[in-house]
Amino acid sequence: MKLELRNAGLEIDGRRIVCGVSLELRGGSLLALIGPNGSGKSTLLRLLGGLWQPSEGAALLDGQSLKYLPRRAIARGIAYTPQDTHLDFAFTVREIVMMGRHPHLGRFQPEGERDRAAAGEAMRRADVLHLAERFVTELSGGERQRVLIARSLATEAPIILLDEPTANLDIAHALDLLALCRALAREGKAIAIALHDLNLAARFADEIVLLDRGGVAAYGKTAAVLSPEIIGEVFGVQVKRASVESGEDVFLFHR
Amino acid sequence: MSKSPTMATMEETASLARHRPARIVSFFVAASLLLALLVVLGVGIGATQVPLSNVARVLLAHLLPFVGGDLSDIASGQQAIIWQLRAPRVVVAALVGAGLAIAGTQMQGLFRNPLASPDIIGVSAGGALGAVIAMASGLAMRQMLALPLLSFAGSLAALFTVYAIATRRGRTPVATLLLVGVALSALLAAISSFLISVTWVRWEVAQEILFWLMGGLDNRRWTHCLMLAPCVAIGLGVALAYWRELDLLLAGEETALALGVEIEMTKRILLVNAALLTGAAVAVSGVIGFVGLIAPHLARLLTRPLHRVLLPAAALTGAVFLLAADFLARIVIRPEEIRLGIITAGCGAPFFLFLLRRQQRASGWQ
Repeated sequence: MKLELRNAGLEIDGRRIVCGVSLELRGGSLLALIGPNGSGKSTLLRLLGGLWQPSEGAALLDGQSLKYLPRRAIARGIAYTPQDTHLDFAFTVREIVMMGRHPHLGRFQPEGERDRAAAGEAMRRADVLHLAERFVTELSGGERQRVLIARSLATEAPIILLDEPTANLDIAHALDLLALCRALAREGKAIAIALHDLNLAARFADEIVLLDRGGVAAYGKTAAVLSPEIIGEVFGVQVKRASVESGEDVFLFHR
Repeated sequence: MSKSPTMATMEETASLARHRPARIVSFFVAASLLLALLVVLGVGIGATQVPLSNVARVLLAHLLPFVGGDLSDIASGQQAIIWQLRAPRVVVAALVGAGLAIAGTQMQGLFRNPLASPDIIGVSAGGALGAVIAMASGLAMRQMLALPLLSFAGSLAALFTVYAIATRRGRTPVATLLLVGVALSALLAAISSFLISVTWVRWEVAQEILFWLMGGLDNRRWTHCLMLAPCVAIGLGVALAYWRELDLLLAGEETALALGVEIEMTKRILLVNAALLTGAAVAVSGVIGFVGLIAPHLARLLTRPLHRVLLPAAALTGAVFLLAADFLARIVIRPEEIRLGIITAGCGAPFFLFLLRRQQRASGWQ
């Protein structure tokens, strides 16, 4: 399945939030959306997920505009997880993950063997199977995020969109989560993640979209996009690239 | 910020979750028994002494005609008191409690707001105004269905008004919802009061109108049950048909949308359903406060937040709560009665303040 934005723009109350963005998501690749605050990362993910409709251009799933697809059809193709995920209720992990089966279930259709298997496999893959009967309200931040990934996987959608999943995680959990995302991409999922941390993006993303005030400042392979010059320009900071022993590059920032 | 509980507590919470089904079953059994007990007690009290055993026998004979047994030793006058005069009141109480509780559960899920409930956000006041208009205009005298229909219309108009004003981009902040509810209730009550002062010359009409504003179960008959029962059944049925959507809405509107919920359609159906339940309840009993607020919370506390469990649990809790309140209202200063609304407000208002206080401390609820 292929998800693309074609020259998409969005205007809310006369204010231009996003303009002229074209990009493409395909299976096997992890795309990171980066950019300063207010550059349009979350908005772009919402357009990709069909939650909002672009006021110009189009969001297309296998060539079909998301505008005209029924919500359930979109949900079977794209699993979008917002940043703001209220889980204030004593649902068990299994119940939360089973919510991912909603787009596959008719109104009066009970969950079947097929759904239980999909939810079980999703929990196993996201490493939350041992938490299945726990209440989400008593999980740590890292565990919660993995539960949300499991819910995305339970939809069996080939495309997964995550809005700042690492925002409230410590570095160990952030690394685990992104490693999981990359592994899922290797297995054929198309994954797009809005990220704040450029070094994490550099380390895990195959491709990067660098956003600046609602437009695309750079888009391409990670190594090509993440040059100190481009980053420095967009973020308004001085950037140095340093190589560490392992051979990886890290970015250092100065005002 | 360490988050590794000891093995013991982990196992404890895990087993707690696993044992929930047994807990849910025992809740339903206990609540049903309590309901039956309160029905018998509720029918048993009144100006004329009636033995509780007779009450139980007469009720059973009518409810289960084939196994009912012989009633020939009970005077027909006593049978009439039990079945014709007192039983309907008790059944209406249970249905009103259940209906308002289902409406409240739906509103709390829909608005994702722990304080949403028919009376607090002004929906009951809308229904009452509809009833008052039906009475004051004389329509209710000429056409039997005018009152319930106008009551439904009033609830619906009030609910959509609150929703349109208090909701911005799919969010309904607690404070906004309450303020809109307060303003709307005050406005609607003012219009009702105006209509009363206009009809004051016709004393009986004005008194009838006051009944709807204060709420009560006096003189309810089987016709009221016949009107209310199908509405409560439909209301519960529709809400249950949407249990997955209601669960998903608790997880957040964007999450629900992303998982395939047709949000706008779902909201409209659930709003109309909540208005139907509220309107029907108000049409037979006037404005009875706080049931729709308390029952869902108690049920959520005692069972689960899953709507397929919560909705029937809340309905049962609402029925038990209102029966108990009505029972208290009739025995506290025997042989006088206190108004039912005083009892429900006496239990409900402190609970409401408690919820409000907790809301201030934590952003989450439950």
